[in-house]
Amino acid sequence: MEKFIKHIGSAVPLRRSNVDTDQIIPAVYLKRVTRSGFEDGLFAAWRSDPEFVLNNPAYGDATILVAGVDFGTGSSREHAVWALQNYGFKVVISSRFADIFRGNSLKGGLLTVILDQSDVEAIWLAIEADPTTQISVDLESRSVSYNDVVLGFAIDDYTRWRLMEGLDDIGLTIKNSDSIDIFEKSRPNYKPATLPIRV
Amino acid sequence: MAKTLAEKIWDEHIVRSAAGEPDLLYIDLHLIHEVTSPQAFDGLRLAGRKVRRPDLTIATEDHNVPTQNIDQPIADPVSRLQVDTLRANCAEFGIRLHSLGDKDQGVVHVVGPHLGLTQPGMTIVCGDSHTSTHGAFGALAFGIGTSEVEHVLATQTLPLARPKTMAINVEGTLQLGVTSKDIILAIIAKIGTGGGQGYVIEYRGEAIRALSMESRMTVCNMSIEAGARAGLIAPDQTTFDYIKGKPHAPHDFDAALAYWKTLYTDTDAKFDVEVTINADDLEPFVTWGTNPAQGAPLNSHVPNPADLKDDEARGAAERALIYMGLEAGMPLKNIAIDTVFLGSCTNGRIEDLRAAAHVIKGKKIASTLRMLVVPGSARVRLEAEAEGLDKVFIDAGAEWRNAGCSMCLGMNPDQLAVGERAASTSNRNFEGRQGKGGRTHLVSPLVAAATAIRGTLSSPADL
Ligand code: SF4
Repeated sequence: MEKFIKHIGSAVPLRRSNVDTDQIIPAVYLKRVTRSGFEDGLFAAWRSDPEFVLNNPAYGDATILVAGVDFGTGSSREHAVWALQNYGFKVVISSRFADIFRGNSLKGGLLTVILDQSDVEAIWLAIEADPTTQISVDLESRSVSYNDVVLGFAIDDYTRWRLMEGLDDIGLTIKNSDSIDIFEKSRPNYKPATLPIRV
Repeated sequence: MAKTLAEKIWDEHIVRSAAGEPDLLYIDLHLIHEVTSPQAFDGLRLAGRKVRRPDLTIATEDHNVPTQNIDQPIADPVSRLQVDTLRANCAEFGIRLHSLGDKDQGVVHVVGPHLGLTQPGMTIVCGDSHTSTHGAFGALAFGIGTSEVEHVLATQTLPLARPKTMAINVEGTLQLGVTSKDIILAIIAKIGTGGGQGYVIEYRGEAIRALSMESRMTVCNMSIEAGARAGLIAPDQTTFDYIKGKPHAPHDFDAALAYWKTLYTDTDAKFDVEVTINADDLEPFVTWGTNPAQGAPLNSHVPNPADLKDDEARGAAERALIYMGLEAGMPLKNIAIDTVFLGSCTNGRIEDLRAAAHVIKGKKIASTLRMLVVPGSARVRLEAEAEGLDKVFIDAGAEWRNAGCSMCLGMNPDQLAVGERAASTSNRNFEGRQGKGGRTHLVSPLVAAATAIRGTLSSPADL
């Protein structure tokens, strides 16, 4: 996983709330068995509308998505994260994310930043007034800044450290396989197993 | 210290905890399907890792599979590739798989309980948000993403932050014709799609204890639609009786039972939040909008967005009515339906089919609509056929299909056309969920059956 320390880029305003993962990437795009190429399915239904904000060339270079409240609700599909990343987004800002989506994004290295709704509104206004506005998202100082505004955001120390080091969770857990071995020895034998098959 | 049920299960599964880090939680059962697993297996191969506990893992084909002509190769090449990839992965890593044609193939959340693999006090995960279904047994069960699927395959554990706890007390008694689907739709309408955010919900109260296992699964299934991490119900005699005799029920049933009986929220334990609703007041409930919280009693009207005080909710309602092609103020019962879908992990179990068949028996479905009946699993289908339910549906003019997710998400050919309107027993009415441009009203199996007969949204009381 790539290290995330600081990202500077332009941003696109997605003035919608409750954007569920079926909107981020419809189920028909989930049939691939690889991890790449999902950008074509991103917001597929909305992108057929020429008025949709992602179709506005002024936001063509955006790497930060600034979305309405409750972004990423619905299905647990991680393809939603890959679609955003494959399209080129590095950061999503919203005042509230669905839990599973946020978990998926932070595991995959897509930084989800929670700001107050009033701050999100202010960013929308700024990037609508000037789509080239550069937004800096700094994980080290846990802050978002643009123009003269500096906004702090919260993220737990562990996730921050993992993202800044670019570490994948599995490798970290395997370092603790001793504790897993010990735990397994204490599991009661009435717990079910799928094998051997019983009918 | 007094603990809630969710806290008890959590604490019993901690492999490792360290200050400032998420807990490392042991996973008792990992369910797999074709859509969210291929990239996880790929990751294992790339890193040269094995599946740590194939014996705690089980796979089934459900999201993509056709519900007709299942003896022939899957027509859509991309779906076929996903299913073939699952088969190859399970063979390579030694994982039990129930393929199309097998009697235990079906929607992953119907198969686990049916096999008796879902038991109280377990931690259960699956790369599917409706894993919360298994919480009906007093298990801590939640949906995970594909990276987490890979993590569980490799280590049988997951690093997780401890959730908050919420109690939803459903007091009183349900009226005749009101089901657990109506309970959960009413709860979601009350607390909203984000109301359960960050919480594990424990459903409690007299009305919950009176529910069968199937009905409890319907409630827990839709916890995710309220934004919750998981939903659970303390196990009781209903739970124990359901598991007894299932293929994977514990050999040492008494030892298991002694443990299961410790699984309840201590009387002096505190939930972070408590919500109470009264079952006596509930009526059949349907959705009118494009998220599961946009619902109302069937006997009421399409709401007027102008009456909503909250700007966000008003905007969402306005958009939803345009998408749904509905006028504010029209009686919900006047809404004409094109397709009735009876199935999914919410309401595709034997009890759901029985309830709908009971309403339909001896009648014909309206000539203006089609009805798809899709059993949740092949075993449910066999059970239904043994009881003659298939005949009831076929004689009424409905289509009797093979098991799978089908029109719940429209990844297979079972989809709505643009503008087509469905009454669906599934769990999501998002824009395009059941087919691009399709319109979905979420309903209970009883409402689905009555609607199929009358052609407009209806309850059995209208027949
Ligand atoms: S039936 Fe629907 S909700 Fe359930 S697992 Fe399948 S697609 Fe998901």
